[in-house]
Amino acid sequence: METKKQVPKATREAKDTSKAEDIRPLFFGLGFGILFGFLLHKGGVTKYDVIVGQLLLNDFTVVKIMLSAVATGMIGIYFMKSLGWIKLSIKSGSVGMNVLGAFIFGAGFAVLGYCPGTIAGAIGNGYLDAIVGGLAGILLGTWIFAIMYPKLKDGILKKGDFGDITLPRLLKVNDWVVVVPAVALIVLLLFWIEKAGF
Amino acid sequence: METIASVLTGTNWSPYAVGIGIGILSWLSFLISGKPIATSTTFARTGGMIERMITGGKAKQRPYYKKIKLQINWQYMLVLGIITGSFLSAVISGDFQVGVWVPSLWASAFGDSAVLRVFVALAGGVILGFGARFAGGCTSGHGISGTLQLAVSSWVSAIFFFIGGIITAHIIYLVIA
Repeated sequence: METKKQVPKATREAKDTSKAEDIRPLFFGLGFGILFGFLLHKGGVTKYDVIVGQLLLNDFTVVKIMLSAVATGMIGIYFMKSLGWIKLSIKSGSVGMNVLGAFIFGAGFAVLGYCPGTIAGAIGNGYLDAIVGGLAGILLGTWIFAIMYPKLKDGILKKGDFGDITLPRLLKVNDWVVVVPAVALIVLLLFWIEKAGF
Repeated sequence: METIASVLTGTNWSPYAVGIGIGILSWLSFLISGKPIATSTTFARTGGMIERMITGGKAKQRPYYKKIKLQINWQYMLVLGIITGSFLSAVISGDFQVGVWVPSLWASAFGDSAVLRVFVALAGGVILGFGARFAGGCTSGHGISGTLQLAVSSWVSAIFFFIGGIITAHIIYLVIA
């Protein structure tokens, strides 16, 4: 459900005792958000027409952006992981969450025409259906989930639990045995999409 | 000749340039903040904060809000940043939309009624918000940050986001319209 906390115990305790909060991380969050929002708008994915165009398989902008971000990100993240610079932050999951929940999300994605990240971009871009309709709807939807959570958490959300595992760990192989073919496959897929004229 | 200024004011960058940019941003976000880029929990926090404002203690008692913690954190600022960054890009490229209620693709199939579009967007938002929390992430948290870390939960989610989305979009535009 939530990202697994991998903070060592010592730093967690240090954080709890120092009540004077360090707000620098918040500025970094804002900065990364500004760059992310800037890129989303430049890519055209703050627009309903582009997103729904993807789901109708007419316009492959969303897939091109996502796959090139994933390939680029994967190489750097696994490189930095191998050097011990960073730790992964893997969400645990289950069939209930990631099949049923994701399918529900996908249906909402198509009806609204924005997702949580791109609706923030659409709001910045000035689209009023995003501001008045979509944002209110998302807040309401998460609130309904919060109300139902006590009933869901030990039932459907746990169905077919597979934990916070990565593909290399699942296959019991070295990280690069998955990273290299995955990146190659993404690049091939993108070439194929271009060649097919999308 | 392309100058830096003309690149910044352009509206349509290559999707590959944008994607690679987001990929590099994910490196920096892990390296500097130790966090993956993700957005949807922020909407759940906002919903909880609104309930807390209206009813006070009741929201604080909800197990889900205890779990995600109703506070302004790194991810909350990230989402506020997305709004700001998109706004800046839209303004400098002359693409900021004023008074647009109905996207043109929607209008081509369902007409230009703002009330209908807002009602459908509201309904879609409810389904999306519920689904995002059900799946434990959205197109950024699972779809980009999770898949690039090769998380099993995220690859399964990303695939089903698109299966659900493609089926629903085709029903909307080919069956209902």
